[in-house]
Amino acid sequence: MDHILSLIIFFPLLAGIAGFLVNKDSIRVYGIVVSALEFSLTIALWIGFDNNIDGFQFVEHASLISNFGMSYSIGVDGISLFLVILSTFMTMIALIGLNIEKDAKNLIISILYLEMTMVGVFLSLDVILFYLFWEFSLVPMLYIIGAWGSDRRIYAAIKFFLYTFAGSVLMLVGILYMGYFYFQQTGIWSFSIVDWQLLSMPFNLQLWLFGAFFLAFAIKVPMFPFHTWLPYAHGQAPTIGSVILAAVLLKMGTYGMVRFLLPLFPDATIYFLMPIAIVAIIMVIYAAMVAYAQEDMKQVIAYSSISHMGIIILGIFAINAEGITGSIFLMISHGIVSGALFMLVGCIYDRRHTKNMSEFGGLAISMPTFATIYGIMLMASVGLPLTIGFVGEFLSLMGFYKVNWLMTLFAGTGIILGAVYMLTLYKRSFFGEITNEKNRGLKDLHGRELVALVPLVALVAILGIYPKPLLEPIDLSVKKMLVLMHKKAVLPDTQDFILKVNTIKGGE
Amino acid sequence: MLEPILISFESLNITSLLPMAILVFGALSIICIDLMTKALSRSFYTILTVLFITLSLGAVLGYHGGNRGFFDVVLVDGIALLSQIIILVTSAFYVPLALGGRRFQEFAMAEFYALFLFMIVGFQFMVATDNLILIFIGLETASLALYTMIAMHNRKKASEAALKYFTMGALAAGFYTMSALIFYTLTGSVEIHQIAEILQSKGFEPIIGVLAGTVFMLGALGFKLSMVPFHTWTPDVYEGSSSALAGYMSIVPKIAGFVVALRFFDMLMDSNIVWLDNILYIAVVLTMTLGNIIALVQEDVKRMLAFSSIAHSGFVLSAILIGSTEAHAGLFLYWVLFMLANLGAFTMLWATRHRKNLWDGRFQHPFVKFSGMIKIMPANAVIMGIFMFALAGMPPFSVFWGKLYLVSAAVNNGFICLAIIMALNSAIAVYYYMKLMVYMFLKEPLSNDERIYTSNTSTTLKVILAFAAFLTSTSVIIVNPLLEIITNYVKISGF
Repeated sequence: MDHILSLIIFFPLLAGIAGFLVNKDSIRVYGIVVSALEFSLTIALWIGFDNNIDGFQFVEHASLISNFGMSYSIGVDGISLFLVILSTFMTMIALIGLNIEKDAKNLIISILYLEMTMVGVFLSLDVILFYLFWEFSLVPMLYIIGAWGSDRRIYAAIKFFLYTFAGSVLMLVGILYMGYFYFQQTGIWSFSIVDWQLLSMPFNLQLWLFGAFFLAFAIKVPMFPFHTWLPYAHGQAPTIGSVILAAVLLKMGTYGMVRFLLPLFPDATIYFLMPIAIVAIIMVIYAAMVAYAQEDMKQVIAYSSISHMGIIILGIFAINAEGITGSIFLMISHGIVSGALFMLVGCIYDRRHTKNMSEFGGLAISMPTFATIYGIMLMASVGLPLTIGFVGEFLSLMGFYKVNWLMTLFAGTGIILGAVYMLTLYKRSFFGEITNEKNRGLKDLHGRELVALVPLVALVAILGIYPKPLLEPIDLSVKKMLVLMHKKAVLPDTQDFILKVNTIKGGE
Repeated sequence: MLEPILISFESLNITSLLPMAILVFGALSIICIDLMTKALSRSFYTILTVLFITLSLGAVLGYHGGNRGFFDVVLVDGIALLSQIIILVTSAFYVPLALGGRRFQEFAMAEFYALFLFMIVGFQFMVATDNLILIFIGLETASLALYTMIAMHNRKKASEAALKYFTMGALAAGFYTMSALIFYTLTGSVEIHQIAEILQSKGFEPIIGVLAGTVFMLGALGFKLSMVPFHTWTPDVYEGSSSALAGYMSIVPKIAGFVVALRFFDMLMDSNIVWLDNILYIAVVLTMTLGNIIALVQEDVKRMLAFSSIAHSGFVLSAILIGSTEAHAGLFLYWVLFMLANLGAFTMLWATRHRKNLWDGRFQHPFVKFSGMIKIMPANAVIMGIFMFALAGMPPFSVFWGKLYLVSAAVNNGFICLAIIMALNSAIAVYYYMKLMVYMFLKEPLSNDERIYTSNTSTTLKVILAFAAFLTSTSVIIVNPLLEIITNYVKISGF
């Protein structure tokens, strides 16, 4: 198991290159087999993962550009482990559900490259390496949206690309400055996140660098007011693109916040905590309201994604074990649930070639299985207890409750609004009589679609009831990070704050 | 009667001239061969030229003499060697582009190859001296040869391009001589290091003289490096010349220009004159920003590449402004990596050249030409995509590492604002490179006839393309050794 992480990163790349040789007719099965193999590799990683170690495991290190301090350095800890598994899992599911025939070969090879970059982002311990994967992930996605999307696909693809690219070039300047600062302090060039985390930084510098990194992550998430690219991208992307975009790519932003912002710039984090939390709450409520106003089913889910990402950010900026663990869990659950929802929209779109809710109605009569699965996913998305969505949402909000109860209350209304728009969607599309004759006699979910969706339903239930196997390793790594934050904070206020939000009143 | 001047032969350090001598010999022998027989194919001349270039490269790599040679006029320091290596290697890649699938009359003429070699000699002299007169001679030799070669393409646009380049070049030469004259008047010397010493001892007085000399020099070098506002010739000249030559022009004359600019401005930078920094700062920022913005609205790929090469020049010139060893090493690193991607991009244009302007009345390579290339020729489209992403500075392709290194040099030397401008410019640049990607990957093809794209494709071009694509995409591995070599050369020459 020495080089399993390298294997996990580069297996899809090699398989993608080899995929050029595979005949068109067999490429779909090839894609599924490769992604299943990749998924089993990550499961093997989970089995080999030691739940009692809070630091990085399976670390690999090789110098790449030694003059510059850049190295090929990868590792996994509780925070990244499940995001990696989520990436490979959702890629596999998306490929199983894939039904695009046109240029399927190019599409599947792009998906495999995309899988490499997603896994690479989560596993990189060297910041430059992280940046490489981060930027490169845009390329396959650009192609997927732009080539297989609907009418305004090219505009959407370019908007997606330029928006995210522009955000991250400033991060690059931040990274380089940080590297230089590290060099000044220690006399060694290093871009290793492990090294960087040990360095205390003056407050002013933290503010600037926080800003440079935060912008890139905020656009990726996407945070209000940088969210405008997302509905477009989702609206135009093919189903598989939306699934991967919602399930994994957005999580890169929030993962970046946990991995970089918090441990590197603890004082700046606390300094900016309130403004960011306010924006996050605006995001939750505003996106929920916009979602309610949408006619297009896919747009509803796109905006609900933005709304949920707001809660994830709120959890992260609770700066306590419950909040951060909860938000990481919510990243995973949101990945599964939103992936499933986009896939379901894709199913109905294939049958009716419309996503407009007014065209539907009474779908529960013609497609009972579809309606059931849709219902379960919807409940999970709303955060019904005993579904996967509840755990993360509850923990995130509970975490933030310790920071500010009033704001938590506002964020809570977002959940209520979420229930409102989701149930309206369900009512308008599934219940009632069949008003549109085209909806009668639609084929229910079958074969491939069921194979893709049933595992997701199972996960929603299992992890909703028993989330502990995931929460424990996450919690361990998060606690380690919090201790580190507390230790390296330069302002006493920051230390007090971290202590305050991490103690339970009356206890400990 | 004049006293005879006695100089020992050893002190001439004649080996310092060996690399140039080899090429001059090569050029003359090509002319002689052509006089004897007319029956030889262009492949013979091409390979012969490559061989002479290789020999010259061997002489450069094996050079073990002192710094100075030939009455102290020739200066063979680290950057002279380094830039000669880059010039020769690039030339060796570009000459075989003559072996395309179609016949062009300039490549059938032996004179083309002789002129090519003479041009390289000119560039070599430009970089291997700090004598203003020898720089001028090198500059003019190279430029005159280049004008002629452009005109030899023998299309209406080619003559226009040659004439335009010639006129602009003549003006630049005028500027250059004015500048040299002013510095000679001020200091009584034409050697940059002596000028520096004397100016230093005088405390850079009279300031008006130094200012005039610098401005003229900036104008002269600005023409050669296509800095804004002296860039106007670039797109027309690129458009008029063959893609092979246009690609060459975007690399080699510029590296020679950079070296001269490096020597010249490094001398002035030590003066701590504030306005000088400011002039250069403005020139750098303008060059990269305007180059990028104008590139956004181009309809022809070649013109887009021309404007983008202006922006790349501006980007690299920031190294001279930053002025640290790291930045100077970054300049050469960037240019080598840029060369790889640019070689690929122009070779691809060259390989897909068609006899007629099928797509547009005005342009040879409009964006629509590449519509849906992924469906017609997937391998070509992917390779061109790699070059475009490389030029745009997408990781992990070649130019990204150059950008990374230069921006980091800017950050490390306190030019945070410049670093941010550079970063934002890379973001702008992505858009126009992406435009081509969009046409190639996302649009539907205009016709499914592969032949209209491959009329000029040959095995030689394919090999060059594959080679460039390979190096461009694996440059993460070559950056470290490259950087070590470059830093070493730059350090020993004290820049």
